[in-house]
Amino acid sequence: MTDSSPSDLIVARGLTKRFGDLVAVDGIDFTVAGGEAFGFLGPNGAGKTSTMRMIGGVSPVTAGVLTIFGLDPAQHGAQIRARLGVVPQADTLDLELTVRENLIIYARYFDLPWSEGRKRADELLEFMQLKERSKDKVDDLSGGMKRRLTIARGLINQPDLLLLDEPTTGLDPQARHLVWDRLYRLKQRGVTLVLTTHYMDEAEQLCDRLVVMDKARIAAEGSPRELIDRYSTREVLELRFPIDEQPNLDGKLKDVAERVEVLADRVLVYTSDGDAAVAAINRHGIRPESSLVRRSTLEDVFLRLTGRRLIE
Amino acid sequence: MALPSALHVVEHNAVVFRRLWRGNIMVSFFTPLFFLAAMGIGLGSLVNRSSGGVNGVPYLDYLAPGLMAAAAMQTAAVEAMYPILNRIMWDRIYDAMLATPVAVRDLVFGEVAWFAVRMVIVTAAFWVVMTLFRIGHLPESLLAVPAAALTGLAFATPVMAFTATRRNDNGFAAILRFVITPLYLLGGAFFPISQLPLVLQWVAWATPLAHGVALCRGVVLANIGPGEAALHLLVLVVYILAGLALAWILLLRRLSK
Ligand SMILES: Nc1ncnc2c1ncn2[C@@H]1O[C@H](COP(=O)(O)OP(=O)(O)OP(=O)(O)O)[C@@H](O)[C@H]1O
Ligand SMILES: [Mg+2]
Repeated sequence: MTDSSPSDLIVARGLTKRFGDLVAVDGIDFTVAGGEAFGFLGPNGAGKTSTMRMIGGVSPVTAGVLTIFGLDPAQHGAQIRARLGVVPQADTLDLELTVRENLIIYARYFDLPWSEGRKRADELLEFMQLKERSKDKVDDLSGGMKRRLTIARGLINQPDLLLLDEPTTGLDPQARHLVWDRLYRLKQRGVTLVLTTHYMDEAEQLCDRLVVMDKARIAAEGSPRELIDRYSTREVLELRFPIDEQPNLDGKLKDVAERVEVLADRVLVYTSDGDAAVAAINRHGIRPESSLVRRSTLEDVFLRLTGRRLIE
Repeated sequence: MALPSALHVVEHNAVVFRRLWRGNIMVSFFTPLFFLAAMGIGLGSLVNRSSGGVNGVPYLDYLAPGLMAAAAMQTAAVEAMYPILNRIMWDRIYDAMLATPVAVRDLVFGEVAWFAVRMVIVTAAFWVVMTLFRIGHLPESLLAVPAAALTGLAFATPVMAFTATRRNDNGFAAILRFVITPLYLLGGAFFPISQLPLVLQWVAWATPLAHGVALCRGVVLANIGPGEAALHLLVLVVYILAGLALAWILLLRRLSK
């Protein structure tokens, strides 16, 4: 358990969420400091959204302690939410209104004057590259545009803390890079980001620090680099074999591999020296269909921690 | 100026309504116009010729204020069903609002305030038509607008509470078919409740519609005493407040999980 300091925006100790008998979040501890980008990486059902909704002050905490900006969400929910930007997992845009109206009316919920709402709406539409679509009905937007609009909406109150629940799930690579770029710029402006994802590349790109969540608990915590160093090897040799022709590798790679994972569609050889591992494979007369040496990623960390893959 | 969050919910609904108001007001105006024309010229003259009206009042004068209350009920019921469920679970507008300083309490009060606005629009349009037909004493008949609006609200808040429990819209058609339509036809708007079998009379007086109809008719025909009016008003207010409290509890349970 880490000590908290006044600069911490979020402090959670033994944070628990139950829905009836189901434990969605099981006594987790974490701290988010001002200005950092903090991530929850985990598979479906890990408890990411449940955690985010508690931080967002909309879902009551079942047990444990949670403070946001030093305040208790059960007591000061409205006060906390006034300083938060929220991008929920499922878009909750108003389909009966235009793109611009969605932002302007949202500004009203924060008690911003209409004129200020209009000004910020136009700035944010520019920022998220949606200006040309201002007058369109939200229903006519593509999924990626809706996502960008939801992010724009979450910024309308110029939040100190932005909560993003799977900001880029379902987006094509181009749209995803635009979102990443914008989030990066926000971070540079000092906005604290808390995001969930099940994309390891997203976590690596955006997060200064993250926790790996699995089955309602935190399995590990650290920067992406630290986690990879701690739970994986420097390099990974990926081997693919024709279906149903996985060779018996038992012991053959003992000298060059720290660990070998046999997955349904490939074999992963964890090693500090990929080329040496390739040489060893050849020496043993093993002939994979293809082989590739790559650096370790958070996917490997997750596999190591849970024995499962992040996206099944 | 800082406004209470509930008023921002009203503003949201007003912005949505801005797109629809023209058509909406046309309907609120022409429906009573056609109805009263048909009833006055057709049915009304038949009733008047055979029995000299109802309770000594020409049939159209008897019918119009009752119909005004019944129309408010009908609009209120529909408005408290589909749009509310949409905001709860289809478009999830409430989830979006609740991520801001808006709280469930503000949603409930905002929606009820908006129902009141809608009811006043509908009943005012009806009143204009009624007055064009030279029904009612001015200015007392103007009191029929708040009376009918309160009748609508007495349905809006309990129906909203019902909506808060729904996972789909299957129940709505049943409520409209088995509660609202029978009340519309049998609840005192078209003929006196005393014509119904005794059991149904009790049922009718247990609903807000009978009281709303009696109140509207009383103020339009200027033949109701203050004591009787206060009693009807009390029933309407009790329904409104009970529905509001229930809607609040159920929405809290539904939306803050
Ligand atoms: N409102 C609810 N009522 C009952 N159970 C819930 C509710 N919300 C979440 N759960 C359950 O809690 C568990 C954690 O769900 P949660 O949505 O937090 O996971 P997640 O990590 O966000 O998953 P995903 O990646 O699929 O979004 C799941 O088993 C889910 O079914
Ligand atoms: Mg989720």
